[in-house]
Amino acid sequence: MEDALTLLSFGDQGWGDTIAFGVMITVSLAIATLPFGLLLGFLIALAKNSNEPSLRLAANVYTTIFRGLPELLTLFLVYFGVQIGIQQGLKLIGFDAYFEVNSFVAGMVALSLVFSSYASEAFLSAFKGIPQGQYEGGYALGLSRYQTMALVILPQLIRLALPALGNLWLILLKETSLVSVIGLPDLVREAGIAARVTKEPFLFFGIACLIYLLLAMISSAGLSRVERWTKKGDVAR
Amino acid sequence: MIAANPTTGQKRPPPPPRAWTHGRILGHVLMALWIISGISLVYFLASNIASPFVERYWGKYVDGFLVTLQIVGVSLLIGALLSLPIALARNSSWKIFAWPAYGYVYFFRGTPLLAQTFLIYYGAGTFRPELEAVGLWGFFREAWYCVIFAFSLNTAAYQAEILRGAILNVPKGQWEGAAALGLSRPVTFFKVILPQALMVALRPYGNEIILMIKGSAIASIVTIYDLMGETRRAYSRSYDFQAYIWAAVLYLIIVETLRRVWDKIEQRLTRHLKR
Repeated sequence: MEDALTLLSFGDQGWGDTIAFGVMITVSLAIATLPFGLLLGFLIALAKNSNEPSLRLAANVYTTIFRGLPELLTLFLVYFGVQIGIQQGLKLIGFDAYFEVNSFVAGMVALSLVFSSYASEAFLSAFKGIPQGQYEGGYALGLSRYQTMALVILPQLIRLALPALGNLWLILLKETSLVSVIGLPDLVREAGIAARVTKEPFLFFGIACLIYLLLAMISSAGLSRVERWTKKGDVAR
Repeated sequence: MIAANPTTGQKRPPPPPRAWTHGRILGHVLMALWIISGISLVYFLASNIASPFVERYWGKYVDGFLVTLQIVGVSLLIGALLSLPIALARNSSWKIFAWPAYGYVYFFRGTPLLAQTFLIYYGAGTFRPELEAVGLWGFFREAWYCVIFAFSLNTAAYQAEILRGAILNVPKGQWEGAAALGLSRPVTFFKVILPQALMVALRPYGNEIILMIKGSAIASIVTIYDLMGETRRAYSRSYDFQAYIWAAVLYLIIVETLRRVWDKIEQRLTRHLKR
């Protein structure tokens, strides 16, 4: 037991700081992915909710692809695909250079693609929960289409979509672990290094799992606070 | 068709042509992009169908595909068997059953499958002397068994939650009605409640199968040559990016086929519920 504590301590003796660094990478990857995924997901939901068939079809093709591919494969497609694409492009203009994509950015792009396709479904079902009268009321007040969307629909939309988006955030947090495979020193990778050096794999992977659980608990607590905040208006009724 | 106006003899004017709104232009542009990329993808694959890459690795891909199906099939089956007692324990009013079941489900749903797989595959090494003593080391030494073990435990947690939700979803009157008929509780559960619960659970079960197929790609990281594993091996030997493109096409075909077939099955099985 004391050995385990020494191994986990911070400083020269322990791996605490390495693990903490990994946690930071994991969390920052998830947080960096979130805004892109949400924005893209919202735009796709708008497209799916429009009355223009071609736009709906285009959005549905997107979600079919990125919900059907394994996340790991999407990650490899982005990581190697962009790398090869840029190398080919450089070759065309006469450079013969080796180019490596930053694994953090590749992870961000791949996770945003996956997250947005799931988030679009969450937003879409929230759109279905908003009565038509809300749009009509907005137009009747003389608000433009954009203003109606931003001031009337979006605040209600967020409230309706929040539970589903909260789940997607928890899934995103777990999916960041896949980026360790393309070499990003996240929690799983750092735990793996520590496990290999100290020959204590169960300890370190167990700690990694517990840290993921802790992150999930913190997120759930935060999400329920946000949810309560969005429901502040309901109390008066 | 609406007839001409009897008093004036005028026909109804044709509907105005649909305007080219921003949305319509954007939709057509995006669809054109998808169609162009689709055609170039098909062209790329068709022009490579006789290439040495395909000739060399096609058999491997088929093997990998079968391995993926095996992993998913076996894990789902074991998971389904495990999920029933877990769901029952989770619903139990006895805290000694309910709490461990809750902890189990929370752990396996709250941590990444990758970390779970590593925990079991590499972590088993920590307990080598103990495992050797009870004769289980041979089991945990093989990546194949570790993957099946990890995936089964993982999907059992998810399936238990699906099952639990579905069982709670069955109205209480069903229990009461069965009790009024003099059925014992086990008979009520297996003959009255469970069939109705499984009906509700069909859709989430379908999602779970798809999640499992996608998740099984993780097995490739611990040296299993499933579809993803064969893909990575083919890429690392040939440095040919089409390795990943073939895999993407195959995975999409698997998942889409399964989704559609499952929809049909669900429609068929729930046709008595449609009004």
